[in-house]
Amino acid sequence: MCDYRTAFLVLTMQPLAARKRAVINKISSNLGSAVADISDGATIMIGGFGNAGMPSALIDALIEQGARELTIVNNNAGNGDTGLAALLAAGRVRKIICSFPRQADSHHFDALYRAGKVELELTPQGNLAERIRAAGAGIGGFFTPTGYGTLLAEGKETREINGRQYVLESPIHADFALIKALRGDRWGNLVYRKAARNFGPIMAMAARTTVAQVAEVVELGELDPEHIITPGIFVQRVVKEAA
Amino acid sequence: MTQRYTRDEIAARVAQDIPEGAYVNLGIGLPTRVANYLPPEREVFLHSENGLLGMGPAPAPGEEDEDLINAGKQPVTLLTGGAYFHHGDSFAMMRGGHLDICVLGAFQVAANGDLANWHTGAADAIPAVGGAMDLAIGAKQVFVMMDHQTKTGESKIVAACTYPLTGVGCVDRIYTDLAVLEVSPQGLRVLEMVPGLTPEALQAATAAPLLFD
Repeated sequence: MCDYRTAFLVLTMQPLAARKRAVINKISSNLGSAVADISDGATIMIGGFGNAGMPSALIDALIEQGARELTIVNNNAGNGDTGLAALLAAGRVRKIICSFPRQADSHHFDALYRAGKVELELTPQGNLAERIRAAGAGIGGFFTPTGYGTLLAEGKETREINGRQYVLESPIHADFALIKALRGDRWGNLVYRKAARNFGPIMAMAARTTVAQVAEVVELGELDPEHIITPGIFVQRVVKEAA
Repeated sequence: MTQRYTRDEIAARVAQDIPEGAYVNLGIGLPTRVANYLPPEREVFLHSENGLLGMGPAPAPGEEDEDLINAGKQPVTLLTGGAYFHHGDSFAMMRGGHLDICVLGAFQVAANGDLANWHTGAADAIPAVGGAMDLAIGAKQVFVMMDHQTKTGESKIVAACTYPLTGVGCVDRIYTDLAVLEVSPQGLRVLEMVPGLTPEALQAATAAPLLFD
């Protein structure tokens, strides 16, 4: 089989002239191609806290693409009629993992939930963040004090550590993360804007394929390495949010 | 008829107990009003769960920025010196014990400091928890501000919570329209009462034993 070492040998044994300069380019040419391979039943993390950081252009492309029976991970369950709310209204979501579904403007989720058409896994927000982060960091589970002694810890393993009670929580992995950033380059490096950062950096770590919609695609080197928030290793695709 | 503090007066009373230099999270709803009573010359760091430290007041009309909101998803500003960070860091600030004080609303608080503030337990309710459970167990001090009684006159301070819990034994102080109470190992200690209220009347309005020094 072609392991890392044989691949290296093959590459180094080729005559110099035959070697083609491979340019790493994670920029997708359009929103549709950036989400084209999302299949029915996929687990998708969607960035954002309310509408701040919500990758609405990618969600619109996903609605058009048509994937169904999705499991969605987000802090909320849609606000108003756009973004995640539109995906729910289109009937594409089977299950949602979130911390705060019920809000004044969560009418699409509310109706689906009351009709028994969407499953809810409610998670305290810090556990949600840490479960996502844990998946991205290769952690198999963690003990957290949050939720101990409450309904949201029922049936879960608990342990006393140094005199304090903890609950065992598991990582959340995803097939895709759809996130919103301010700028990205062709290596996938990202910077965000204000509080729209929220779940973006940790979701990028936790998904097999992370797609970032950005307001602006910049050349390599334009992002100050001291200021890059998400290094490109966590990002597979970058796409401009509007043509 | 006993005088009761208004909600703004409760907020002002809570603000008195927030010292300079404190890192503070104000829960959504009533507790956000506490910010209105922090004197401008006192440097207090307000944390918002969605990734802000040094949160400032609401912007002037027309200056709202959809990327700069608080935990209640209302537009806010960032003070000079403030910082943005992601959700992993934001909740590490809570869960790691870095916040000095959080102020939360409540449905019920029990004499042992148990807190119920996220779910009424009603069968048709859609539950939502947000960051309440993380704040309840994470901040060094948990202050609750609430009305002493429900609209129908039942005590919200109870021997044991009947609503689903947010956290076990996590509340340190309770600020109500009638009194300021401390949760101590001996029980609920009354620190202050509204003018004109007698200990007997406060005890009659409270469904848990009170200690008066």
